[in-house]
Amino acid sequence: MSGALLDVDNVVRTYSGGLLTRRRVTAVDGVSLRLDAARPEIFTIVGESGSGKTTLARMILNMIAPSAGTIRFDGTDLATIRSSRARLAFMKRVQPIFQNPFESFNPMKRLDRYLFATGRRMAGLSDTTAIADAADTALRSVGLSLAEIRGRYPHELSGGQLQRVAIARALISKPALLIADEPVSMIDASLRASIVNLLRDLRDRLSVSIIYITHDLATAYYISDRIMIMRHGKAVEAGDARTVLDDPQHPYSQLLKQSVLSPDPQHRTVGRQGGSSHA
Amino acid sequence: MGEPVLVVSDLRAYYRTSAFGIEREVRAVDDVSLTIEANEIYGLAGESSSGKTTLIKTIAAAIQPPLEVLGGSVVFNFRDRRVDMHGVDRQHLDAIRWKNLSYIMQGSMNVLNPVRRIRHAFVDFAFRHIGKPMPLFLAVVREHLERLHLAPEVLDAFPHQLSGGMRQRVTIALATVCRPDFIIADEPTTALDVVVQKSVLAMIHEIQRELGSSIIFVTHDMAVHANLTDRLGIMYAGRLVEEGRTADIFRAPRHPYTAHLIASLPRLGDSAPKKGLDGAPPNLAEPPSGCRFHPRCPRATERCAREAAPMASLAPGHRVACFYPEPERSA
Repeated sequence: MSGALLDVDNVVRTYSGGLLTRRRVTAVDGVSLRLDAARPEIFTIVGESGSGKTTLARMILNMIAPSAGTIRFDGTDLATIRSSRARLAFMKRVQPIFQNPFESFNPMKRLDRYLFATGRRMAGLSDTTAIADAADTALRSVGLSLAEIRGRYPHELSGGQLQRVAIARALISKPALLIADEPVSMIDASLRASIVNLLRDLRDRLSVSIIYITHDLATAYYISDRIMIMRHGKAVEAGDARTVLDDPQHPYSQLLKQSVLSPDPQHRTVGRQGGSSHA
Repeated sequence: MGEPVLVVSDLRAYYRTSAFGIEREVRAVDDVSLTIEANEIYGLAGESSSGKTTLIKTIAAAIQPPLEVLGGSVVFNFRDRRVDMHGVDRQHLDAIRWKNLSYIMQGSMNVLNPVRRIRHAFVDFAFRHIGKPMPLFLAVVREHLERLHLAPEVLDAFPHQLSGGMRQRVTIALATVCRPDFIIADEPTTALDVVVQKSVLAMIHEIQRELGSSIIFVTHDMAVHANLTDRLGIMYAGRLVEEGRTADIFRAPRHPYTAHLIASLPRLGDSAPKKGLDGAPPNLAEPPSGCRFHPRCPRATERCAREAAPMASLAPGHRVACFYPEPERSA
């Protein structure tokens, strides 16, 4: 098993229906995936709402434990992480980026305080200038700088800039893996391309692996190396992104691909009748 | 016939607040003029805070402080009457709402009362407009649901028993049961999954063709516009910057903002590098001078910083607000 950065082996997660019902929901049902440490890549998980992609991401972030199966990061089983020190060491290497940057920052709190707090806690820095340097380096790698961000509040920035700050914050501890859950779906169209390009750039320049979670097949095609398509908690198809999306084999992947609206009025798919196999 | 259903002229709607003696004015809709013909789907595109929701609020006369209409007019020519939306009283508006003018909103769950069966929503919204005794009214509703390929049993369901896509279909049925002349659709498919989105769009298209109503369809998703709308208006920072037939705009966008928007669309099967646009959408409380796009525009000159270009026709039915439009491309 040497050489695996992340090894997700046959994980299952079930939720019970609550006090009054016996119903159990299996959110993730036997999913496996493996990222190679030597080859940083963008691994995309595609699925509709309820497909279990966010539950899987939360398990990889060690926020919830799998009901069955194991997740190993750098050879360490996540279930064995108990002490706060081991937990911190894990969090340094694996960092999240969330969907809505306006919700991930407290509107009353200055943005640089997030960066400095992360520098202190995650990167273990104590010297003020070292912390500022680390924050500045991280901001520069996303196309911003500390001079622009210092003293500013979330509402003063656009969604795209704010998402860059969120990515910079995640980069301060020099992680090996970023988990980006729908990082562009709340961003305006004119800024979306630059965030997607940034993820690709981070993979190439900083050798960070990225698990990119989305329901948008078009951006998935644009940036991913490998892709996994999920439905009802199961991976229905996985492989090289271009191969899978150019010629999907599973009926559900084919349906997903057919449902993508082409941004071309000459090739409309909605106006025609009977094209959809959706019941 | 031949007369446009909706004429919006020189509409200006600002949000005005004053707190602690500080006056603030957000120019959400600034000098917008557009017309919508009978039996057409007009798309309205733009990013968040470009003023598209404010524009349709003003069109629907759903104006509440701090929003104020400072100028311009919104006039509907319905089948049976002509209505100046800002010049009529409330009773008059109540009479046309739902009968002549209806809405499909983004959060369908917010329209449907969670503790009452779907049937009550139809009674509340449409009963007084259809003007038939209850059994006949319910028969009309059932027939309408069947026409939209929905099982009439949904009438007895509670909203939480239906999926998001089904709920959105129910609200479309609700919005079309009175056969309105005009439908305002505000991001009706944004919260839905791709597979469901496609079938909901197909349903909107089908019912529009059948009723011959006009729809103003608001979404930031250009792929939806490409697949559904007949004509398209692009808004940027409170102004309409380009308008034309959807096919023309996608083939040969003339405003630099539209051109960028279309060039940066991700497409399946295309992994050629795409460029993001520098800068951020402007703050409408302090919009840039002149053309509001000029700080981000690759074609801008000093003239753009001084004065805003008015909407001008470049080709029949194709208007652009730019001094230096992109060159025309042939098909």
